Amino acid sequence: MPRTHRNAELAMLLFAMALVAVYAATVEATVLETLTPRFWVPTALLTALFVALHMVVRFLAPYADPVLLPAVALLNGIGVAYLRRVDLARAEPDERIDLGLFSGVGGRQLAWTLLSLILAGVLLAVIRDHRIVSRYAYTLGLIGIVLVMLPAVLPASISEVNGAKLWIRFGGFSIQPGEFAKLALVSFFAYYLVRKREVLSLASKRFLGIDFPRGRDLGPIVAVWLFSLLVLVFEKDLGTALLYFGLFIVTLYIATERSSWLIIGLLLFFGGVYLAYVLGASVGGPFRNFYDRAQIWLNPFEGERPFNESYQLVQSLLGLGTGGLFGTGPGGGQPRFIPEVEDDFIFAGLGEEIGLFGLSALLVIYFLVVSRGLRAALAVRDSFGKLVAGGLAFTMGLQVFVIVGGVTGLIPLTGQTTPFLSAGGSSLMANWLLIAMLLRISDAARRPATGAAGGPAAAPGAKQPPAQLHGAATEVIR
Amino acid sequence: MNAPLRRAGIVIMVLFGLLFANLNWVQAYKADEYRTSGFNSRVQVAEYDRQRGVIEAGGEALAESVATNDQLKYRRTYPLKQPYAHVIGYKPVNLGATGIERSENDFLSGESDKLFADRVKDMFTDDDTGGGNVLLTLNRRAQEVAYEQLTKNNGGVDRGAAIAIDPRTGAVQALVSMPSFDPNPLADHATKKAQAAYDELLKAENGPLKNRALSEVLPPGSTFKIVMAAAALENGITKETSIPAGSTYTAPTSGAPIRNAAPSICPESQVTLAEAVRESCNTGFARLGVELGADKLKATAAKFGFGQDAELTVGNLTGGGLPVAASETGAIQGPDGQDDPGALAQSSIGQREVRMTPLQGAMIAAAVANDGKQMQPYLVQRLLGPDRRQIDSASPKVLREPITPQVASDLRDMMKLVVENGTGRNAAINGFQVGGKTGTAQTGVTKNIGWFIGFAIDDKGQPVSAVCVVLEDYGDGGSAEAARIAGRIMRAAAGRGGD
Repeated sequence: MPRTHRNAELAMLLFAMALVAVYAATVEATVLETLTPRFWVPTALLTALFVALHMVVRFLAPYADPVLLPAVALLNGIGVAYLRRVDLARAEPDERIDLGLFSGVGGRQLAWTLLSLILAGVLLAVIRDHRIVSRYAYTLGLIGIVLVMLPAVLPASISEVNGAKLWIRFGGFSIQPGEFAKLALVSFFAYYLVRKREVLSLASKRFLGIDFPRGRDLGPIVAVWLFSLLVLVFEKDLGTALLYFGLFIVTLYIATERSSWLIIGLLLFFGGVYLAYVLGASVGGPFRNFYDRAQIWLNPFEGERPFNESYQLVQSLLGLGTGGLFGTGPGGGQPRFIPEVEDDFIFAGLGEEIGLFGLSALLVIYFLVVSRGLRAALAVRDSFGKLVAGGLAFTMGLQVFVIVGGVTGLIPLTGQTTPFLSAGGSSLMANWLLIAMLLRISDAARRPATGAAGGPAAAPGAKQPPAQLHGAATEVIR
Repeated sequence: MNAPLRRAGIVIMVLFGLLFANLNWVQAYKADEYRTSGFNSRVQVAEYDRQRGVIEAGGEALAESVATNDQLKYRRTYPLKQPYAHVIGYKPVNLGATGIERSENDFLSGESDKLFADRVKDMFTDDDTGGGNVLLTLNRRAQEVAYEQLTKNNGGVDRGAAIAIDPRTGAVQALVSMPSFDPNPLADHATKKAQAAYDELLKAENGPLKNRALSEVLPPGSTFKIVMAAAALENGITKETSIPAGSTYTAPTSGAPIRNAAPSICPESQVTLAEAVRESCNTGFARLGVELGADKLKATAAKFGFGQDAELTVGNLTGGGLPVAASETGAIQGPDGQDDPGALAQSSIGQREVRMTPLQGAMIAAAVANDGKQMQPYLVQRLLGPDRRQIDSASPKVLREPITPQVASDLRDMMKLVVENGTGRNAAINGFQVGGKTGTAQTGVTKNIGWFIGFAIDDKGQPVSAVCVVLEDYGDGGSAEAARIAGRIMRAAAGRGGD
């Protein structure tokens, strides 16, 4: 019996939860100047939830990568604890000690975590072999496009928050459909590319030592490029556009192994962005928003901007700068000075309190999650699985880059959530589904070869993967 | 497919490397700059670790910081509340400060270079010595009389202002804007409550946050005749020269006929200049203005400060202070820039586009009382260190010399007639020579505005106070009520009791 490393996963998980408990305790000691007897309750609940998911993994995906779950649980736990810290900062000083554990954004995030983990568990239970997903590829592709475009066509009163049309709001409730769209689109791209990779790999011309594809094969990439630009212009969101386009280019590159796709893609993207910038400066209209954001990014401290349009970025930078190398300590900062600190700017809020060292640690954890996803892609034996795992892992890395780069002033700021940290159900649920999918694929990847044959058979009655993927699954990997 | 996957991993590694490098730039290299940036509100919170200095007048604290037991160690309180609100301003936790709290912020907080020695000492003793103290010029008696009389005016109007200055120095003796507000809720450490209190004041009827004494401009009505009379005296007319008057006057080219406030006022075809001032003869001054021309009118008004004081602040003579709105005469021209006698006639009696702040009114009266020298108004008399050693003391400055001593003397004589036996009788005070000028201005929107500008000279011949009182939306009798309130304020400022 090969080692499954499930016990190592549990141990790492408990260690991560211990870190979260220490964080929560430090917050209370700093903000309340005392440790309430119930400081450990949210952490204990989280621990119970994560251990439950661990048990699900133990039975349904026993060979899954043991690092993914504890790493993500740590991010999720720090997120919940920090959001409670934000609630404490927002409460009036004399009400803080009695602040309910389940009130505010922190309490809601805890509830969203519960829901997300249930969804992740259900995904692991329903999808016993990731190749089944390819059966529904076209449906998923359509759903993905609808989800992305929905906020753009809806009136701004329903879909616009802080200048970006990324939302669907009804009542006191709002979801970001784009968060789920990336899951559907990755599956669709993967399926499409597995089928078309032969054609797309055909080179026609060699130029500067690089093989360029035939002109007529450029169709799909041009379509996705236009689609991304539409998102950029109508949803006023560079980050989302970058995310989808980057996702497509990378899966295309992985599928075809042609670096020319990468070069074409990058040229198209930066050309498009530059065009949008120039049009914003001269024509204005729908391009104006992007131009303004670029200006904020270039000179946030200029003139009256810190009081108006670049207020958010400036306060974010000031928070990060105040934190410095070591931070003010959990609970020692002033999160109320950072706008949207529970959402887009949570990284800046955390940065004030845990400093450069703490943020670097968080980046390392994100990198660990992404690299474990890519490792699953490397190890899994079928092309579809490779593309899904690679695409999902890369997308998560890219999303972290877009939002963290935005709040730290590296790239123009766009409204993305910080995976597992930001308050909000859509983001948390979608990202946990992503992790569940990576767990599923890594399980397939690490399962001993003898077990692989029993894979589909182990789930009798499950739908068989489509025929055309069988060839791909047994393909010799270069 | 594995080679591209590995390269994708390298791409992610590069992107994360960029993030890490940029974080180093923001959190290490630029950290100090961001930490101490003026845009960083955390700097403000650190301010609360040190006890902020006291703002005081006449030995009484008007703003002081008391120790608390929450995160911000001191809370700012304003024990006397409304009467001083527009002078002191307020210093909230996360809103902008105003008034002396804003303009003397560096000194009060202890950050000023003038308190450098205290900061050096703190470094060795590890104390947080408090900030410096600011002594105001305000005369507490005059300020409280002004607030009480203004808010309990006989017409029951809600909007108005009063300002009294010492004509010899420019020291502000009283400065009241009505309606006022209690600044204490704005300094609440519960920032939501403070914000709510601020929003409520912003929305409140009549704009209580506005400092009407310094920053509201209104048509000055007949008080502007003092400027006209000065222009006449400078151009060869004496106070005994007869000028054309009459019961109505229509300017040569255009405009509605100008009438006097009552049929009994200057119906005769000629009155002396002094008589025209005493009974506030509209037709006489309208004709005078048309005869002198717009340029001379504007030149004299500019010498008194009209159109000049956009940069003036009232606070510290060597630094910043409370902002002042500029008083204006307007263009006094037709739509195409040509001469417009109709506009000139109306401007000559302080209507049309002529606008004046109460401060400007008081400064006109002060220049007349002080032999033509207009002193720069100020509020900060002395700066004291935390140990109450004197660090700075105001030395009065001449701002302008709008008129010669002779013109000033003639104007004083005419203005005394107004109070002795004219429209400003209510301003008279026992034992003082009081001069002044009433004004009733039409806005066309609300009821008439009542004005009074005036001065008091004591038995030694010293001008002890110059004052301007304005009551908005008063209707009939506003200027007489303004004159009565002005008399009370000047008596208090002269140290003869308030009422």
